[in-house]
Amino acid sequence: MSETRFQRMKDLPSTHLLGAGTAMCAGCGALQALQTIYDVLGERTVFVNAAGCMTLLSVYPFTPFRGSWLYTAMACAPAGAQGVRDALDILIAKGRIPPGEDLSVVTLTGDGAANGMGLSSTSGAIERGLDFLYICYDNEGYGNTGQQTSGATPHGARTATSGAPHGHAGFKKDLFSIWTAHRPAYAATVIGAEPLDLARKVEKAASLRGPRFIHVLAPCPTGWDFEPSEMIDVGRLAVRTGIWPLKEYENGQVVHTRTPHPRAPVEEYLRLQGRFRHLFEPEPDAETLGSIQQRVDDYWEAAG
Amino acid sequence: MTRALLTGNGAAAWGARLAGVDYVPAFPITPQTEIIETIERWIEAGEMDARMVTLESEHSMVTAAGAAAATGVRVFSATSSQGLLYAMEMLYGVAGWRVPLVLVNVSRGVSAPVTLEPDHQDVLAARDSGFLQIHCSTCQEVLDGVLLAHRLAEDPRVRLPAIVNLDGFYLSFTREPVEIPSPEAVERFLPPFDAGSTRFRASTPIAQAVAVLGGGPYSYFRYEMHRAAEQALGVYAEIARDFARELGREQPAVATHRMDDAEIAIVMIGSFATKAMDAVDRMRETGRAVGLVRPRLLRPFPRDELQRVLSGARGVAVVDQNLSIGQGGVLHAELSAAIHGQPEAPPILASFIGGLGGRDITTEEFFEMVEVTRAAAEAGRPPPPRLLYTEEELREVRKLQGIALAERHEVGPGEAHASRAPEGSGS
Repeated sequence: MSETRFQRMKDLPSTHLLGAGTAMCAGCGALQALQTIYDVLGERTVFVNAAGCMTLLSVYPFTPFRGSWLYTAMACAPAGAQGVRDALDILIAKGRIPPGEDLSVVTLTGDGAANGMGLSSTSGAIERGLDFLYICYDNEGYGNTGQQTSGATPHGARTATSGAPHGHAGFKKDLFSIWTAHRPAYAATVIGAEPLDLARKVEKAASLRGPRFIHVLAPCPTGWDFEPSEMIDVGRLAVRTGIWPLKEYENGQVVHTRTPHPRAPVEEYLRLQGRFRHLFEPEPDAETLGSIQQRVDDYWEAAG
Repeated sequence: MTRALLTGNGAAAWGARLAGVDYVPAFPITPQTEIIETIERWIEAGEMDARMVTLESEHSMVTAAGAAAATGVRVFSATSSQGLLYAMEMLYGVAGWRVPLVLVNVSRGVSAPVTLEPDHQDVLAARDSGFLQIHCSTCQEVLDGVLLAHRLAEDPRVRLPAIVNLDGFYLSFTREPVEIPSPEAVERFLPPFDAGSTRFRASTPIAQAVAVLGGGPYSYFRYEMHRAAEQALGVYAEIARDFARELGREQPAVATHRMDDAEIAIVMIGSFATKAMDAVDRMRETGRAVGLVRPRLLRPFPRDELQRVLSGARGVAVVDQNLSIGQGGVLHAELSAAIHGQPEAPPILASFIGGLGGRDITTEEFFEMVEVTRAAAEAGRPPPPRLLYTEEELREVRKLQGIALAERHEVGPGEAHASRAPEGSGS
């Protein structure tokens, strides 16, 4: 991280590349992260998108991207990235376009696609060593359809398909580990509320070749039920409680880029969100709260 | 030009090679696999300047194919049956992207019950996807069809993907003499790929396949696809003339055989049409005025040409190697819609279903279908649809059912048991 051009907050771009006026909700944590990601990646990119909230960024005849965009379907954005990357390589190799016309290929999907039906095409793309950057904005549910439970929904969360009294019975899938088990060129977790950490990781990912993964926790005011103005607070608490570990994988090693110390109790993060209200009202659900805290503690203990 | 004995799969691979395709996303499936294996060998030997990548599914394969075509290279791919169905979402998708790739489908019946043998259920499931469809009945037509499909799909007036269909086993694994045109002749017919404005470049950013809001823009783009496909009829006629000039073979949108004074016409697609042709010749020897009509293009549907060649016939026997469950033969319904109410339209349009899952259609059955149609024309009353099946075939199935039943009694419940076909024929 020593060679980063992002040493302090003022090194972050003050104006954004991504255009304004999109259809995203107020306080969208995914859009906030994408602003910084796009600033770092730049416009010589083609975003290959899977069905999700971000599909509504480009609605005919508008696009907020200064670069290119291709919508595919829910399951197959990495395969779309494969086709674009291969075609650009072919065109350059055959001398039909100058290397200066090349683009970085970026896959942009939500957690529903990334953890569910898109996993097969993701695994295939990594296994083939595809030179692409995969960005997953993770709002922990099928957000665009009204926050139903996805493979990324955390334990205890109420969703449109996991109701009270206990919320979602399952546990958030460990997508980061699924990726790193494939030994990609790079993988990192980020959050928009920690923009310097985010910018450095995207910068590093952009400097590498091969399959690269940026996993963005995307606090979602509509899906998680909090005020849009609290989006940054929710994001910071996700990190401070240790619920969202900021880490990166490179050369077979996982390194935490931030170790919260001391860790705030998970309740501070959960309390801000209506999706966890049933854990506090009418009576505190000590068992569920305790098990959530325990899993976080166990994680950090194992992380050393 | 050279002449060689090629399988249908080999002919498809030669079509891709001569078309100078840049990119071949692939996934193995019987009976198509020989196509991608052949291409891979040529690439490895340096005889073909293309890149092949094996995806993890046909859904991804068609996505990669569409995305590469949207980036501006010439793309070829191939699949069969379940693969085509698995890719179906993206067939509709990439057709909407208006990318001109070519997909060979080696027809095979669809599951369940699972089979490896051919019929046209798979390719007709893609009927409404926006892919154009060229149907082949010989290995030569497969090679020619791939070249025609690239030229047609890439025409600026069309810009839609195309499927070239051949029957599994009957064409895919059957060797026939095929003329392999010289690369120079192909080059005169098929110019280098021109991506037009459909491409991703750093200097000219573009958003493709974006969402629309509301039925107005949605309808506009869907209508545009339909109009492009309809336009493809006239374009096909043009390019078929160019093809005949440069490569010396006629490949009209609707092929006919002995239709000049035919009172009864057989209408069908695919390799079994060559059996129909042979049956027609035999019936002609016995003095029956019978002919064959074989649409080579199924999308766009050559409505006017079919009306023209069938006008004046007294009856038509439509042979469908597919079954729209609860409706009947797809070709029959399509042809009915095309000729209904037209002056001189044949009054009798008889429907026959046969050749499912590799089942043969015999010469005797062609005779019988023509006879049923002729009798209906005499009586002035359309016959009920017929599902071709012989007593012998039924006896064979009864034997299998008997074995299944006996095995079940023998082994008893809760232990290893005889297999059960999904529709309950084992009970």
